[in-house]
Amino acid sequence: MADWPLYEVFVRSKHGLNHKHVGSVHAADAEMAMENARDLYTRRSEGVSIWVVPSSAITASSPDEKEILFDPSDDKVYRHASFYKLPDEVGHM
Amino acid sequence: MSKTMTQQEALQEYLLRLADSDMILGQRLCELCGKAPALEEEMALMNVALDLVGQARNWYEYAAELIDDGRSADELAFRRDAHDYRNALMVEQPNGDYAVTMGRQFFFDAWHYFTIAALTKAPDERIASIAAKAAKEVQYHLRRSSEWVKRFGDGTEESHQRMQTAVDDLWRFTGEMIEADEVEQTLFKAGIGPDPEQLVADWKGLVNEVLAEATLTPPPEDAWMYRGAKVGHHTEHLGFILAEMQFLQRAYPDAKTW
Repeated sequence: MADWPLYEVFVRSKHGLNHKHVGSVHAADAEMAMENARDLYTRRSEGVSIWVVPSSAITASSPDEKEILFDPSDDKVYRHASFYKLPDEVGHM
Repeated sequence: MSKTMTQQEALQEYLLRLADSDMILGQRLCELCGKAPALEEEMALMNVALDLVGQARNWYEYAAELIDDGRSADELAFRRDAHDYRNALMVEQPNGDYAVTMGRQFFFDAWHYFTIAALTKAPDERIASIAAKAAKEVQYHLRRSSEWVKRFGDGTEESHQRMQTAVDDLWRFTGEMIEADEVEQTLFKAGIGPDPEQLVADWKGLVNEVLAEATLTPPPEDAWMYRGAKVGHHTEHLGFILAEMQFLQRAYPDAKTW
C-alpha cells in the first residue's frame, strides 16, 4: 500500500458554491480514492460533493519563484478597490 | 423451534439475529482499530463498524421492547452468552488477512443488502424505519467490499491467490446465512423480510457476478455448509469475542461512573 498513488481531495460543503481543498488520501485507484475521501473527510456531514484529483496531475508553482511571481503585486495598492475614494453621493456600493 | 411458533416469537428471534450479526461484525472490525493496513482503510473500517453497532442498537432496542422481560438493549448485547447469540457464523470468523476481512464483509454485505431492502417494505413501521436508515449505510458497505474483492481478485498474482483462498475458506459459512429456517419463513408469510427463495437467488446472482469480475472461481454448488448459529451453536470464535466485548459489563454490572 506504500505504492498507492496520492489523490488530492476537494469537498463542496452544503452552503459552499465551490469545492475546497481539504487534504489528500492514498488509494489504489480513483474510485477507491473517492470512497476513502468520503470516509475520511465527510464523516461529520461536511460535504455534498467530492472531487478527487491525482496529486501528480497538479502543476504547482515553485517556492524558488515566489519573489518573481508574488512580490510585484505587493506595491500595487491601486489594484484593491479600497484604494479609491468614493464620492459621498455614491453611497454604499 | 416448535411447530406452534407465533409470529411474535419469530419476530423476537429474528430481531436478535439481525442485532447480533451487526454487533459481532462491528466488534470484529473494531479489533482492527490501530492495526489496519493503511490510515484510509482504518477510517473506512471504523465507519462501517460504527454503522453496524448503531444498527445493532436499533434492533436490540426494538427486541427489548417486544421481549418485555425487563432486559434493556444493553443487557441483550452484553449479558447473553454464546449459546443465546444468534449472529451468522460468517461474522464471527477471525479477521485473517485483508482478503479474508473483505471477503467476509462482502458475503455478509450482499446478504445484508437484500435483507434490509426487503425490510424497508415491512408493514411494521418500526422495522421499516430502522431498515430505511440502515439501507443507505449497507449500500455503501456493499459497494466498498465488492470493490475490494474485485481489486484483490483481479490484482496481482498474490492478491488473487489470497482472495481465492479467502472465498474458499469462508464459503462454508454462507449456506446458513442465506437460507431461511422456520423463523424467516414465518415472518415472510407475515410480510416481514425477504422472500426466502428470492434472497438466495439475489445473493447468488450478485456474488457470482462479483466473483466473475474478480476473475475468481466460485466454490462448487454442492459444497458442504456449516449450520447451527440460528439455534445458538457457534464456532469456537464467538466465546472469545464475547469474553472481550462483555468483560466490563460482566465485571462491573451497570457501572455508571467513568
